[in-house]
Amino acid sequence: MTELTDLGIAALRDGIAKGDFTATEVATAFNAAVEAAQPALNAFIVTTPDKALEAAAKVDADRAAGKPLGKMAGVPIGMKDLFATKGVQTTAASHILEGFVPPYESTVSRKLWEAGAGMLGKLNLDQFAMGSSNETSAFGNVISPWRRPGDATPLAPGGSSGGSSAAVAARIAPAATGTDTGGSIRQPAAFTGISGIKPTYGRCSRWGVVAFASSLDQAGAMAHDVTDCAIMLEAMAGFDPKDSTSLDLPVPEWTANLNADMRGKKVGIPREYRLDGMDADVAKSWDDGIAWMKDAGAEIVEISLPHTRYALPTYYIIAPAEASSNLARYDGVRYGLRELPEGAGLQDMYAATRAAGFGPEVKRRIMIGTYVLSAGFYDAYYTQAQKVRTLISHDFTNAFREVDVILVPTAPSSAFALGEKSADPLEMYLNDVFSVPASLAGLPAMSVPAGLDRNGLPLGLQVIGKAFDEQGVLNASLAIEQRAQFSARPAKWW
Amino acid sequence: MSVDTATVAKIASLARIKMTEAEIDAMVPELNGILAWVEQLGEVDVTGIEPMTAVIPNRQRLREDVVNADPQTGGDMRDAVLANAPAAEHGFFGVPKVIE
Repeated sequence: MTELTDLGIAALRDGIAKGDFTATEVATAFNAAVEAAQPALNAFIVTTPDKALEAAAKVDADRAAGKPLGKMAGVPIGMKDLFATKGVQTTAASHILEGFVPPYESTVSRKLWEAGAGMLGKLNLDQFAMGSSNETSAFGNVISPWRRPGDATPLAPGGSSGGSSAAVAARIAPAATGTDTGGSIRQPAAFTGISGIKPTYGRCSRWGVVAFASSLDQAGAMAHDVTDCAIMLEAMAGFDPKDSTSLDLPVPEWTANLNADMRGKKVGIPREYRLDGMDADVAKSWDDGIAWMKDAGAEIVEISLPHTRYALPTYYIIAPAEASSNLARYDGVRYGLRELPEGAGLQDMYAATRAAGFGPEVKRRIMIGTYVLSAGFYDAYYTQAQKVRTLISHDFTNAFREVDVILVPTAPSSAFALGEKSADPLEMYLNDVFSVPASLAGLPAMSVPAGLDRNGLPLGLQVIGKAFDEQGVLNASLAIEQRAQFSARPAKWW
Repeated sequence: MSVDTATVAKIASLARIKMTEAEIDAMVPELNGILAWVEQLGEVDVTGIEPMTAVIPNRQRLREDVVNADPQTGGDMRDAVLANAPAAEHGFFGVPKVIE
């Protein structure tokens, strides 16, 4: 018999609506799964079983009363601990926000609760979403549920949404929110064999999301499959006057319009992504993806995105610059940690608080950002990076005159071991090579599982679409999903 | 361009992050590695290219000129605003003495 925790969003919601099981039974099952896995995986910073039960009770009561149920009715989810949740500690996985209890609810989480979702807890992440392996959290590493066969070496769940990816892959949450600044939804989804979509910049409100790099940050959905991602994204997206960059557009009916028929569509394959020394299994999975697109009826077109190689260095100027500005708010005065050494003045208190509260990677990025924005260097670094960003965006605009979507790998490798890349910040940054360009251009992009590599670990394929064309991204991803037939799951060891 | 310990100490001071000499020494090669890598952007021809200001074209909106148009971002929230302050006194944020 299928366990309730094996089910995804659509199956849970529809099963509850039909009366096959109750929302309370679902919440109880996932609460138990979370509790059992927490010591081994550390996917959550805090768990909120009562919140999950409370939301479930309301859904069960509404159903009994014959009231209409929401898109996510009875689905308990994990909430990345970057979203402010009223009355529940929100930390961004940083010591500097430990104990911070927001007096308000982020727009994205509010919309999910209004759609009938419940909260299992706040998910671990890289500190301030800065990282690609979930090793920068002040609350400990998240351990991937995946292992290489016959090898207990702990692997990275990806980052920064590593708690989200681990929880969904381990089936202790049917879905989770993520945020993506340079690949933080797509890369962890790829590492753990799940699906994840980052919509067009501005689709999901940033109000109440702890800011990292505001021109790049975008919330999205992480779930078992493409359909579940479409359902969840519909519930999360929408115009919000409280975010000045929010798109004032209606939310399309992505789920109802899912269609894997790619006949008449053109899929671009950018030659610049085929790097020298590319991992053979990653290259093969990309070739598989191309074959699947053809099988679905698409025409394959080789394209050029000439500035691709400059995307990563551009990102590692712009994102730290914005972070250094955004994180100036952590001053030990208004909220969060305060370190007040004996006899310290105001300036000493700021410096001591930030020294004690921020982790090493956060400090490194604030330092880089402060340097590239400082007098005398601003034009050479920051202005130059913003100009190159314009060129990267133009590359995509030109390509999308010819093609409907672009297909590339999500990450240059499968999951690496914890500690394998954390000694060298640059090596870690290079893991974002395939995900950063779409972020710089604000485009919708999705990772779907493509298969397993020689180590028995998942690989993802990434579909990048035109601005506002989440539907095209979801449809091409669905065509891949139907042909990849990915059903591998991590063997339960936790 | 590369940085030395004096420059890193200056950046740390601008960023209001207290650092020991050992931490500064450790950060010099790290920052230089990253800066040497981003240096390659200098080779891109950006003649006539405008720096990006908005990644997705959008217009700036004005909200209605009404007090507390949105109760969540309006006024009369003193206690909620102060609720997470490490030191709040008499309805204000408390800070160390700044005037002798």
